[in-house]
Amino acid sequence: MTSNSTFIIVIRFILLILVQVLVFNNLNFFGYINPMVYILFLYWYPIKDQRFFFILLSFLLGLMVDWFSDTMAIHAAATVTIAYLRPAVMRFCFGANLEFQNFRITNATQAQQIAFLTILIILHHLVFFTLEIFSFGNTLLILKKVLFTSMATILLSILLKTLFSVKKQ
Amino acid sequence: MQQIINFILKYKNFLLYVLLMIIALTFTIRAQSYHNSKFFNSANWLTGNLYESTNNVSTFFSLGIENKKLVEENKRLRYQLFNQKKEVVEVEQLDSTQIDYEVFSGQIIKNSYSLPRNYITLNKGSSDGLEIDMGVITADGILGIIEHTSKNFSLVQSILNVRSRINAKIKNTNHYGSLTWDTKDYRTAQLKDIERLVPLNIGDTIVTGASSSIFPENIPIGVIENFEITTSQSSYHIDVRLFNDMTTVKNVYIIKNTNRKEIIELESKIRND
Repeated sequence: MTSNSTFIIVIRFILLILVQVLVFNNLNFFGYINPMVYILFLYWYPIKDQRFFFILLSFLLGLMVDWFSDTMAIHAAATVTIAYLRPAVMRFCFGANLEFQNFRITNATQAQQIAFLTILIILHHLVFFTLEIFSFGNTLLILKKVLFTSMATILLSILLKTLFSVKKQ
Repeated sequence: MQQIINFILKYKNFLLYVLLMIIALTFTIRAQSYHNSKFFNSANWLTGNLYESTNNVSTFFSLGIENKKLVEENKRLRYQLFNQKKEVVEVEQLDSTQIDYEVFSGQIIKNSYSLPRNYITLNKGSSDGLEIDMGVITADGILGIIEHTSKNFSLVQSILNVRSRINAKIKNTNHYGSLTWDTKDYRTAQLKDIERLVPLNIGDTIVTGASSSIFPENIPIGVIENFEITTSQSSYHIDVRLFNDMTTVKNVYIIKNTNRKEIIELESKIRND
């Protein structure tokens, strides 16, 4: 990892937290839908990097969002789960392409990229809403919230991803 | 020994995940019980200041509406004052040793109403005289109870929180129940434990009860929107439409019951005997 990419990761980390807590936490579509776009951090993070450090960093990201939104540590739990599962999800989405030395997410097809992002978001939201509601044991409500919030998050994430994509040389 | 180290190295990612997950779950579960999320809330230096500075910008655009609200409230209070039957006590004559309630003002810098456990952050803290378990109200009705204070900020447990229990009654009667929230709609809260023999009407006003040591009696909460008898047939389950629009609240009053300490001491004495 070059110092340049470290710098980009740090900036991305801070900006995504700020955007999440100051803008997206206050959207409240239909009263309860708040997209969680900070998951894009895990999507953008370099593939070949130290996994141990990546899991730790993701936990910290979730914890910071929790800290701002008074949600105990459920963002942290959900984020660390998808950080741990990310290699498996990538194998599922990109298959043999992953073995190439200079493979980047931007090299994959658009469908593969969106599938990867979608699986990350749905896994995250499943863990998040299960933990958020677990005291009432209301499966239907959990699924409803996962469905609608996932749709909003996926839509906005794809939008942001396209907006801030690195142009291919 | 070598094997143990090898095992740890081999599964270090999995072990790290398990460790972090346990930490997160511990935080989450421990915070379920009252007064436990001490360090882990948005009423601290960093988050408080960030919210306050962004709030300074956003309040600027709602100044007109807020002004209108305050004038309306002043008008209402004047009306009550001028039409009071009893001799009005002059403000200068109020003896600070005899008052029951102190009132502070504050502003909301972070609001939330879409989660099952909603918390609100205020821009006043312990250095302004705020303490845990003071009641927070607006011009329209009740808002919540202070759960944590830092030096300059405080965290309010909103009535839109599954852990919130507030003593409430039907106005002009002595039938008490407790106000809870079922997370479904931010415009309605639920009043429980009102006996089934009590005559109810849709549109009846619900106010705070007298057995709370946090709120004064008769602070408005909302009106009855709907009611039904619970399956156990012993009490009502009442939907209360809140007077407060929880999405747009801005200026709040914080109430300190000066007798609360004495009440709590007395109650704990009885419990210990």
